Amino acid sequence: MENNSNIESRKPPVATTGFIGWCRQHLFSNWINSFITILVVYFLYQLIPWFLDWSVFSADFWTNYRGELIVDRTFCSRVADPEGDHGACWAIIIVRFYQFMYGFYPSEQVWRVNLTYFLLVVALLPLLIEKIPGRKHLIKFTIAFPVVAFILLYGGFGFQIIPTNKWGGLLVTLVLGVFGIAIAFPLGILLALGRRSELPIISMFCTLFIEFIRGVPLITLLFFGMVMLPLFLPEGLNLDGLVRVLVAVTLFQAAYMAEVIRGGLQAIPRGQYEAAQSVGLSYWQMNRKIILPQAIRISIPSIVNTSIGLFKDTTLVIIIGLLDLLGIGRGALADATWMGLSNEVYVFVALVFFIFTFSMSRYSLYLEKKLKTGINMGAD
Amino acid sequence: MSEDSIISLQNVNKWFGDFQVLKDVNLEVKKKERIVVCGPSGSGKSTMIRCINRLEEHQEGKIVVDGIELTGNLKNIDSVRKEVGMVFQQFNLFPHLSVKENITLAPIWVKKMPKVEAEELAMKQLEIVKIPEQANKFPGQLSGGQQQRVAIARSLAMNPNIMLFDEPTSALDPEMIKEVLDVMVDLAEGGMTMIVVTHEMGFAKTVADRMVFMDEGKIVEEASPDKFFNNPESDRTKLFLSQILHQ
Repeated sequence: MENNSNIESRKPPVATTGFIGWCRQHLFSNWINSFITILVVYFLYQLIPWFLDWSVFSADFWTNYRGELIVDRTFCSRVADPEGDHGACWAIIIVRFYQFMYGFYPSEQVWRVNLTYFLLVVALLPLLIEKIPGRKHLIKFTIAFPVVAFILLYGGFGFQIIPTNKWGGLLVTLVLGVFGIAIAFPLGILLALGRRSELPIISMFCTLFIEFIRGVPLITLLFFGMVMLPLFLPEGLNLDGLVRVLVAVTLFQAAYMAEVIRGGLQAIPRGQYEAAQSVGLSYWQMNRKIILPQAIRISIPSIVNTSIGLFKDTTLVIIIGLLDLLGIGRGALADATWMGLSNEVYVFVALVFFIFTFSMSRYSLYLEKKLKTGINMGAD
Repeated sequence: MSEDSIISLQNVNKWFGDFQVLKDVNLEVKKKERIVVCGPSGSGKSTMIRCINRLEEHQEGKIVVDGIELTGNLKNIDSVRKEVGMVFQQFNLFPHLSVKENITLAPIWVKKMPKVEAEELAMKQLEIVKIPEQANKFPGQLSGGQQQRVAIARSLAMNPNIMLFDEPTSALDPEMIKEVLDVMVDLAEGGMTMIVVTHEMGFAKTVADRMVFMDEGKIVEEASPDKFFNNPESDRTKLFLSQILHQ
């Protein structure tokens, strides 16, 4: 076709690309969209400056509007000068920051908690950054981390023992969240494989376990762990309160994780199993090398979803008397010296939770993107 | 079972639920023999070759592969699978692994071969199937014909004595069939024992030592290609041939 071969490619029309083109297409494509755009912009225009003013510009941090150091609620500008235009009083967070982070952990031992936090970051590195040097050795540390963390936080091996009823705040939230998720993940994989097992006893046991745990509210499991678990244990063995809660949280999460991973397993075509078997891989090799990597990849959004759910659900431990981040916050509010500052406390607690859950969600997006490279799951 | 058989099926029966897919199947395959199995869909040809490496379990009869009888014994199944390579209609490459990793996986994990050695082996196999330049790509980036050739290389890397092909070209676009068949012809000329389920009659004529025609779970006719194509005995075979050769 001679006519066509002479047509050179040219740039697209200006009005359909670039910032203006994008706005036209996405914000003002018809009058309903334009109306909604304007409404939302107006709403944000009202909300953002107000919130920034409340939380930062008119807020108290260490000192109030008279320049005095804030030591209790009466010093807060908005309490001392209710007529004035004052914002949040963050002093409650600052004064109680130690409690929010560590609970009642003895301050001369708190370096152990900080070191654990630092090691947690180190343990996460090989999971976050694929091309980190020495990843193989770091992974070994990641696997050993729970044990290291336990010894550091609880004690033993020459460390002074800090009973868990002294732990609190973010420490308890992170211990429950991180350990709960980290232990529940492999457990969930085993349960998912077990439920699909061809051996009826294994599959029945796993199904019963999953269905029972999923059918019961987490609060019930927490009470169960608190009150009933000791009855099942041999006499004399007294499990720590936090450990009992951790068991309940982990089992709960494992059941959900199992179902999420089972969903991924079901999406793997039968041909993958057959190809793996026909080259001679054993059951465990097949699952480890072929089936699970693909199944987990498919389930990443749901895995992260349930993990975020669990992380937030750890706040339920408040009803059995453990003081997690939210618990410490409520404790601070119950204290007469700081009463009435619930806005500040809840905004702070929400912000901390948001930082963690949002990071998890971003991480899952990054994983999905990374794992998509070159993969075409279809037959061709 | 005759002395020099490498594969022997004796009165094999199999059911899917109440439906009998294999009815008293008897087949002896000699070493280095090339068998082409054909027949209408649902005739049990795939099921039969899948029984040979125990992807399907037969319920009655006896299957012996290279002196090992296939029973519930897991050890036997493992040994047979090391002897037998299989190529599938849908390729079944591992999509999350590169071409090279697809091939080295089994040698490394099943044969405990050092990684470097396995990678050399993989490159050698890729040269045999004529796509060494695709080694670092992922299956999703290859054409169907290339994927199927990788699948063949993956099987060959385990150094099997027997290769089973389950309609290896049925899922391919027409222009890619030849590149796969060429590789299979090379393999046949190299002396591999092969059982091929296919409707590629040109391939059958050039390569097959023996044709096996199946219908409704039974082996209806077994003959040399010459006799099979020019002078088939059963009416069912004649009908089938007329349908696929003169459509």
